[in-house]
Formats: sequence, structure tokens, C-alpha cells
Amino acid sequence: MARASVVTGLFALGVFTILAAGGIDVSFPAIGAVAMYSMTKLVLEVAPGMPVWVILLCGIGIGAVFGAVNGILVNSLRVPALIVTIGTQYFFRGLLLVFVGTVWLMEIPPQMVAFGTWSLLEVKAGNGVTVSLPMYFLAFPVAALLTWYLFNRTLMGRAIFATGGNADVAARLGYNLRKVHVFAFSFAGGLAGLAGIIQASANRMANPFDFAGTEIGVIAAVVLGGARITGGTGSVLGTVAGVLLVTVVNNVLVLVGIPSTWQRVVVGAFILIAAGFFVLRDRKQSI
Amino acid sequence: MRLDPNFVTLSVLVALLLAVGGWVSGGTYLSPFNLQSMAMQLPEIGFLAIGVMLAMCAGNGGIDLSGIANANMSGVASGIFTVAFFDAAQQPVVFTAVFAMGCMIVGTLGGVLNGLIISKLKVTPILCTLGTQMLFTGVAVVLSGGRSVAVGAHDPLYSIGNGTALGVPIGFLIFVGVVILLGVVLKFTRYGVRLMLTGANPKAAVFSGFPISRILTTTYAISGLLAGMAGVVIAARNVNVKWDYGTSYLLVAILIAVMAGVRPEGGYGRVVNVMLSAIVLQLLTSLLNFMGMSNFVRDLAWGLLLLCFLAVGRFAVIDRIVATLPSARSPRAPS
Repeated sequence: MARASVVTGLFALGVFTILAAGGIDVSFPAIGAVAMYSMTKLVLEVAPGMPVWVILLCGIGIGAVFGAVNGILVNSLRVPALIVTIGTQYFFRGLLLVFVGTVWLMEIPPQMVAFGTWSLLEVKAGNGVTVSLPMYFLAFPVAALLTWYLFNRTLMGRAIFATGGNADVAARLGYNLRKVHVFAFSFAGGLAGLAGIIQASANRMANPFDFAGTEIGVIAAVVLGGARITGGTGSVLGTVAGVLLVTVVNNVLVLVGIPSTWQRVVVGAFILIAAGFFVLRDRKQSI
Repeated sequence: MRLDPNFVTLSVLVALLLAVGGWVSGGTYLSPFNLQSMAMQLPEIGFLAIGVMLAMCAGNGGIDLSGIANANMSGVASGIFTVAFFDAAQQPVVFTAVFAMGCMIVGTLGGVLNGLIISKLKVTPILCTLGTQMLFTGVAVVLSGGRSVAVGAHDPLYSIGNGTALGVPIGFLIFVGVVILLGVVLKFTRYGVRLMLTGANPKAAVFSGFPISRILTTTYAISGLLAGMAGVVIAARNVNVKWDYGTSYLLVAILIAVMAGVRPEGGYGRVVNVMLSAIVLQLLTSLLNFMGMSNFVRDLAWGLLLLCFLAVGRFAVIDRIVATLPSARSPRAPS
């Protein structure tokens, strides 16, 4: 369960950053897939000896570059980020599938396998099954801490919140909107790239069609965590809680015996209820 | 009458794509058969795109993400109901009528739900339709148990999706009819004018005493009704309805709306342009197929196209403001 939440969690932190800046990003699954697949292919074919930390850094770098493209486009076209990222989502995945490759890579580099199975601690369960908590799980709390630090201790975090709250006012206060947008989107892209590499290491294969359709669930998790979709609010802690909630809900529904067919109904209803709840709370506060 | 730049651009694009297609394929692209098959594929996505356009026109970040989910839900729900109570082989006309009515009723109800949540609870449209999208898909899964529902290939339902009248596919004729009807509604009725004015300036609309929540609910209800119609066409074309049909349609519908020059911030959009831009997309897709490109090239082209149109729209906006000073910002009545 902890494992399932790592990739979603990294994506969610990225989405949260964008939401705080006042936009919605739906291109992160495509970015994750690009970083995952092209890095795996690169390592396999060009540089088999590349150590795993370089792979991770490169993955983050690829994600950040694609994210920066998003940021520049959002800033210069002045249209809602949702629409821009819908375009770039097609574009990025198209780039990957047309120019990089479409075949599933079932054999991934040994150093990535090692990274995927490198366990932090192992617990022998009563029935003899070894449950291990893999090392890459740490990526989620570390990224969460980093995001928390960014938002609560740095000027850039303030700038992102200010832009999300009211872009015009932020611009008049002297924040450079272009810088803020590019930074927020690169940050989210970098997290997506990291998530991609981790996904490949954990599953021991790289599938260029991976992550398609995960965007809605991740956005739902972030919104459940209290980030308002219009930007300017939210907290890292809330996002983490939202991710855990969605993961737990998905798992518990299965354990309790609610048929998996009902899952979407429940998650959809959850989003609507949460949205209604936040609206009512805001209304009370404003009175 | 002043020429609408979007309309002109799209018309030129249609002509250009037809010409290039005819040239590349040596004529087969322009054969009646190919034109028919392209026209048959058009209505389902066209209905959804108009729904997105209406929601965008309403302003305040309006958008309808639940379109295709709603279409699938109405198809599945109505399909199960109709198959259970009517025998398609015995009474095909009644079967078709009940199925189509069922789709449209369920679709409209879904749309009304969206509209009520957005207008009464004041939930952001993106968030609301995101939630209802999951909800609708979920309902479709629960109703059908995850399997596809066989509607069967009986006339006259089958002919809505596959038949032709005077060489023109019937589904396309229905689509054109809806486009004309909606165009008239938006241009000449009080509702249409108020919708655009609300989108252009919600605050002014409130102070002018517009019944905002009724306008919003009506808009999303129409969007839902269109989704229901898309459900009918999908069922007629594919014989089956399934909850996960057309997952990429959501994004394609938005792409079509943006290409049509609908302003994402509200207040402007023309149904004719949406139809033209759907045609452009269909022509382009078929053209890439003819040239032997894979679907992946198509995705790439769609993404690029959307970004290009956004850029064009942005710079045209600049030109217009420079040319005609701030007074030009008043919304033009659409047709």
C-alpha cells in the first residue's frame, strides 16, 4: 500500500504546486512516461554502466525541461493551464511514441532493478511472507519535505501562492510571473520525471503507454487534501493526507468487499462531497 | 456583414485539407465513400464539442469534462432498460424511439446535476464536472457490471449511425440540424444572448438581474442533452455501448472547441465554427491515415494543432485590441 502511494504521491505534489500557482496540469502522466521510457532506453542502448543516481537525476532533468515548456507556453499564451497542458499532453506522448519507441521494454538495466528492490527494512509476517519496505518509498516523504520547505520557507513559494491567489496583483507587487510559472511547472515536471523512473524500477519494465488516465485520480487526491482548484491555497500536509486517503479508500473498498465496479462511484462522490464541504466552509468564514 | 476571422480560417483549412487529401491520395480521398465514412464519424464528437463550447461560453472557468462519461452512462442505462422491456426484432421503431428518448433523458438529468452543483453550491465547474465524470463512469460500470451492453443492429436505430439519405449519412444530417437549431437559439433567444453576456461579464450580469443560476443550469442541461444524443449515435454506430468508450474524446472535444475560437474565459463562441473545426480535425485525421501514419503521429499532430491555435488566437486578440481600442471588448452576438 505504501508502495502504491509513492508514484501517486510524487505526481500529487507536482499537481499541488501547479494548483497553488493557479492552474491545472494534466500533462504530468505524459512527462512521467517520457522520462521513464527514454531514460530506460538510453541506459540500455548507450550507457549501460550509468549509476542509478545519475539516472534519477537525468529523469528529473528531462521532466523539468518538459515542465518548463509547459510553463513558458502557459505564460506566453495566457490561456488556462488546463487547455495548454491538454495540448502538451498529446504532444509529449506523441513525441515519445513517434520518435522514441512504442515497444514495452521488459528488460530494464540491472542497476535500476537493484534500486527497485533495495529494501529499507524487512518484516517477516506471521505466515512466512517477507514484507519489505523498499528504499524508493523514501522519495515521497523527502519530496514532500522539499515541497513543504519550498512553500513555507522560500520566497519562490510565497510567489507561487501569490500568483495563484491573484495573478494581476502579484504582477503589480513585482513578482515576475514568467519566472514563477516556469519554476512551478518545472518543479512539477521534475517530480513527474522522478515518479517515472521509480515506476520503471519498481515494476521492472518500461511501458510507454503507462500512466495514461491517472491524471484525474491524482487531481482528485490533491483536491481532497484541501487545495482549492482556483489556486492560492492548500498545504503540503493536506496533499499528503489526500493521497493517503485515496490510496486507503481504494484498498479498503476492496478489502471490505465492495465490488471494484463501485470504486469510481465512491471516489467521484468523494470529490463532489469534498468540494461542497470546502465551499460551505469558505462561505461560513466569509460571513 | 463583417466576416468572422475564425470562420474564414476554418473554411480555408477545410478546403486546403480536401485539396491536399485529393492530391496525396490520387482522388480516393475525395471519393463519396470516404467522404461518407468521415461524415459518419463526425456527429458523436461534434455533439460533445458543442457541449464543451456552451459550458465555456458561460464563463467563470466553465468547462464540461463529464461529456463522454455522460454519453456512455446514458447509452448504458437506456440500453439496459430498453433491451429489458422491448424486443428489438418485434417492434424496432418503438425500440429505437424509447432508446433514444432514454438516452436524452438520462443525459439531460446528468447535465442538470452538473448545473445545480455549479450554480447552487458554487463549486468550480472543472472540479464539479471532474467529480461527475467519475460518478457517471462509475454508474455506467455498476449498471453494466463492466461488460458492454449489446443494443443490436436493428433499423431504424442502426441507420442513424450507418444509413444514408440521398448519399449523406443520417447521423450527419441530425448533427447539422442540431447545429442550426442551436445557432438560432444562441443568436435570437433571450437565453442565448443572456448566456453570452453572463460569460462576458458575470458581475454585470448579476447586477442586471439575470437569473444566473437558471442560465447556468440550462446551459449544462443542454450540454448533457447533447451528450445523450452522442450516446444514441455511439450506440447506433457501434451496436454495443460500453462504459469506457472513447476515453480520448474528452480532450478532443476541448481541442475542437478551442480550435473553433471559443474563448475559454467565456462570452464568445459560434456553433458553426465548432462544426467546421470538428470537420477540420476529422479531415486531418483521415488524411494522416491515408498517408499511412500511425495513430501516434495523429496524437502529436493534435497536440501541436491545439498549441498553434492557442498561439494564433492570442496574437489575433492583440491585433484586435490594437485595432479597435477597448470598446471592441463587448461580446459579439454569435450565430
